[in-house]
Amino acid sequence: MSEMAAHTPHSHPPGFAHQFETIEQQREAGTLGMWVFLVTEILFFGGMFTSYIIYRALHLQSFIEGSHDLFVKFGATNTAVLICSSLTMAMAIRSAQTGKSKRTIIGYLLVTMLLGATFLFLKLRFEWYADWKEGLIPGVSWIPSAAHTPGVKMFMCFYFFMTGLHALHMVVGLGILTVLVIMTARNRFSSQYYQPLEISGLYWHFVDIVWIFLFPLLYLIGGRYPGS
Amino acid sequence: MSTATVDLREAPIESSVNYLNARYGIKSWLLTLDHKRIGLLYLGTITFMFFVGGTAAVLMRLHLIEPQGALFEPETYNKMFSTHGIIMVFFFLVPSIPATLGNFLIPLMIGARDVAFPKLNLMSWYIFVTGCCFAMYGVISGGVDTGWTFYPPYSSAYSQTHVIAFALGIFIAGFSSILTGLNFVVTIHKMRCPGMTWFRLPLFIWSMYATSLIFVLGTPVIAITLALLAAERLLHVGIFDPAVGGDPLLFQHLFWFYSHPAVYIMILPGMGVISELITAFSRKKIFGYTFVAFSSLAIAVISFIVWGHHMFVTGQSIYAGLVFSVLSFVVAIPSAIKVFNWMATLYRGSISYEAPMLYALGFIGLFTIGGLTGLFLASLATDVHLNGTYFVVAHFHYIMVGGAVMAYLGGIHFWWPKITGRLYPDYWARIAAAIVFIGFNLTFFPQFMLGYLGMPRRYAMYPSEFQVLNVMSSAGASILGIGYLIPLVYLIWSMRYGPVASANPWKAKGLEWTTASPPPTENFAEIPVVNEDAYNYPVAEPRHYPDAPGVARV
Amino acid sequence: MMGILQSGVGVLGDVAAMIPLQPPAASSIAAGIDKLYFVLTGITLFFAVLIFSIIFYFMVKYRRRSDDEVPAETHTSMFLELTWTIIPSLICVVLFVWASELYVRNSRPPASSNEIFVIGKQWMWHLQHPEGPREINELHIPVGVPVKLTMTSQDVIHDFYIPAFRVKKDVLPGRYTQLWFQPTEVGTYHLFCAQYCGTNHSEMIGWIYVMPPSDYAAWLAGGEQTESLAQQGERLFSQFGCGSCHAAEGSGKGPSLAGIYGKPEKLQDGQSRIVDENLIRDAIMNPNSVQLPNYQPIMPTYQGQIDPDQMSQLIAYVKSLGSEERNGK
Repeated sequence: MSEMAAHTPHSHPPGFAHQFETIEQQREAGTLGMWVFLVTEILFFGGMFTSYIIYRALHLQSFIEGSHDLFVKFGATNTAVLICSSLTMAMAIRSAQTGKSKRTIIGYLLVTMLLGATFLFLKLRFEWYADWKEGLIPGVSWIPSAAHTPGVKMFMCFYFFMTGLHALHMVVGLGILTVLVIMTARNRFSSQYYQPLEISGLYWHFVDIVWIFLFPLLYLIGGRYPGS
Repeated sequence: MSTATVDLREAPIESSVNYLNARYGIKSWLLTLDHKRIGLLYLGTITFMFFVGGTAAVLMRLHLIEPQGALFEPETYNKMFSTHGIIMVFFFLVPSIPATLGNFLIPLMIGARDVAFPKLNLMSWYIFVTGCCFAMYGVISGGVDTGWTFYPPYSSAYSQTHVIAFALGIFIAGFSSILTGLNFVVTIHKMRCPGMTWFRLPLFIWSMYATSLIFVLGTPVIAITLALLAAERLLHVGIFDPAVGGDPLLFQHLFWFYSHPAVYIMILPGMGVISELITAFSRKKIFGYTFVAFSSLAIAVISFIVWGHHMFVTGQSIYAGLVFSVLSFVVAIPSAIKVFNWMATLYRGSISYEAPMLYALGFIGLFTIGGLTGLFLASLATDVHLNGTYFVVAHFHYIMVGGAVMAYLGGIHFWWPKITGRLYPDYWARIAAAIVFIGFNLTFFPQFMLGYLGMPRRYAMYPSEFQVLNVMSSAGASILGIGYLIPLVYLIWSMRYGPVASANPWKAKGLEWTTASPPPTENFAEIPVVNEDAYNYPVAEPRHYPDAPGVARV
Repeated sequence: MMGILQSGVGVLGDVAAMIPLQPPAASSIAAGIDKLYFVLTGITLFFAVLIFSIIFYFMVKYRRRSDDEVPAETHTSMFLELTWTIIPSLICVVLFVWASELYVRNSRPPASSNEIFVIGKQWMWHLQHPEGPREINELHIPVGVPVKLTMTSQDVIHDFYIPAFRVKKDVLPGRYTQLWFQPTEVGTYHLFCAQYCGTNHSEMIGWIYVMPPSDYAAWLAGGEQTESLAQQGERLFSQFGCGSCHAAEGSGKGPSLAGIYGKPEKLQDGQSRIVDENLIRDAIMNPNSVQLPNYQPIMPTYQGQIDPDQMSQLIAYVKSLGSEERNGK
């Protein structure tokens, strides 16, 4: 955008891009862009959810067995962690909107990042690492077990693919949050202009919602509890 | 008309600052955020990919001159057709019109300074080039032999070739498509200039909008499907391979859920270009604007629910077959509506025959044949016989090459003066258009006959009774190849030696013709204000039929 | 001059004569499909000619005569729009109904068909007659007798295609698909693999020999005398000790297989499935997936122990148990 800066003669609010006529237009474009991106993401995960559901129907027994190998308590903890992080993300946006100090905004952002990192840490240390030791990762560390029907391997494939892709989105989210912290520290946002915060928030909530679907699909509906 | 006005229009534009001469140097291109320059970056990239894929096609056709195969081992032949398919579909046809003409024209046509997200736009090109690099690595390091459809378990467990490099290339290029589509959707929604209402948009914009929807909704599905395929191949885990409990048909469902709409990614922008060309060269308002516009959207929507017609002979249930068959007939209707509206636009027009118009008329004819032969494949009973034969090959080449590539070339010629500020030699352009038309028909018409006779596609050798038709097809392919080389030569020539073009050499309507050729970096000196419908060409005073709807008298 | 012209026309005529226009039509369904094909060709030609000639007419009639020419105005006409929406729609409806009716009719094999097992593998066709003879890339069948193929693949996806019969069906690994035809003309016809299956895909071809019944009987008698497919299956059945659980009287730990073929069975997970080739295959390879409610889940999987060839034999045997039941033996 810097090369265009010379072309804009009159002064603009910070963050205003040359191709737009008004700041309002820019705000709407940014929000619409993120929503369209999220639609793409839904289809992206959708392909995998569809495959998962079809294979679950085909290999019900194995998928139930496989889900018993997962650690529900960490899954549940992580669900709570992510929901909290969505709350702090929303608080960060709200603070920017109401013109709170940049310390407050940065504080909320950092707590969000901390919660996101906690999620990843729990997942890595207590779930994936344990799976690795037990030989439950197909293609990487797989110890065939007589107790397992062949379909369990497929369940674990989907488990790692889906949670892995989700974790990748979390890592991207943490990167975005880091940028936001730096931008906030450099006074780029105000109660008039805080759109990057807002659309990053959309992304963060989306990643959260994907987990809200993954958790019951992978951990809970395996007949572990009566009535499910 | 005073001479002063004419002089102004014909005035050389060399002296003025435009997007091409605003800045110089390789860096000014590689770091550009200008949608017009990014469009040209895409043009260069896909032209290269087109000739890579085209070379493979010509070699294939030469090989098939003899029943036993004239040139290669079967393995090499298999790599040829796979490379041809993958490169042409994912690295040429899908980005062809959207990424070049779309990028160049959308902001110009809707009266904007740029697309909504210029940085994202440049990033899309880099992502696309990365994808191309993976594909080219695959080509150079030995190729792939799975066909462009990558059906498992062959692709995941049996093929010894570079499946992963190509799958990764397509995966990456897919994100370029997604981001381009996203950019276009937002641009068309939010960047229109004052007065440019939805129903004043040029039809090219409507078709690009429909295409972008498919980009955004379809591409992620193929991305995840190919990722799963690569994971299965790399880690030897069972997802699609029945030997480990997978379902190979699930891959086909997911693959065609994208790849059928992808067919419309290729043809919809072509239809948009044709609407522009037909109106400009007959100097007429498009006939049935709303019908043409909404038929694009209808095609985009219905295209997502017809994928099963690729799978009529896989043993899917009869009921699924019936549903997909009826939907496939339904998707044919909007295309028919477009063809009839284009014809009605010609009626009582003032038609001239510069090269772009020749391509446009060729498009209508070839697309008609391509579309009608689609009915053979939508009909369950005949599809059983024709599925997997050369009939299918001929059918989709009539759409993809006879349709999409003709429209692409027509569009490139039509907007070439706007893009480069130079005129190409129209005489050579007309000759090239005629050669392409003749070569194309000679190549692909015999393939319809071959298909009905039962020759399966992807055969490196074939029973000798099919030889005559194969030789005809190969002869056509060499003519077609020459037809594609001629524009490459004179278009490059014209960039330096062509006569300087005026702002509006065709006297066409549309905002892109109101600015200079080539346009300035920010497109317009002042953001335009629109107060008329699209294609509002001057009309004569009605004389004989003051009130009657003129066309009803055909 | 005339001579050159004549010989030129002659050469063209010779070339044209070398171009085949129609594949042989040698099955009971071929004529019906060809009729639809020709009607579709007629529709295509009609519209192509119509559109080409209208365009050509407009091109000439409304060519630009001077650069400042201003064309007359035309208005969008709802009547025309509806006409060219509704007429193609009606044509499509007729085509859909015709093609689908034909397809559904062609999908149903006649009750009494000669059943042949087909195994596709890279890059050959392996065919097993019920009487026992096996063939590679060749199939001998009597004219006029319906043939039902039960097909599976040992590796990748193939496709069994006989152009002269207008039939085609994918051959998938891990499951059975069915195809049937009734040859009507004595002759030799191409068999192609129509789904790309790897390096020598184009050599996965063969011949179908349709013979008069007497010749066929002679061919069958002329080959090596072998056990029938069902007999081979019976031998495997006892070899693997299947009978110890699947006792004929139903007294074993597993269900009796007598008369089970073709009947619906209610499975433990609630769904109901017809006992067909796929279910028998699943029961042997992946018994848990077709667990019956009243039995213990004790059957081991035979994955990796039984090849597709033996699977066809076992299926033929189970089927023969069914037919004996029906015949009241």
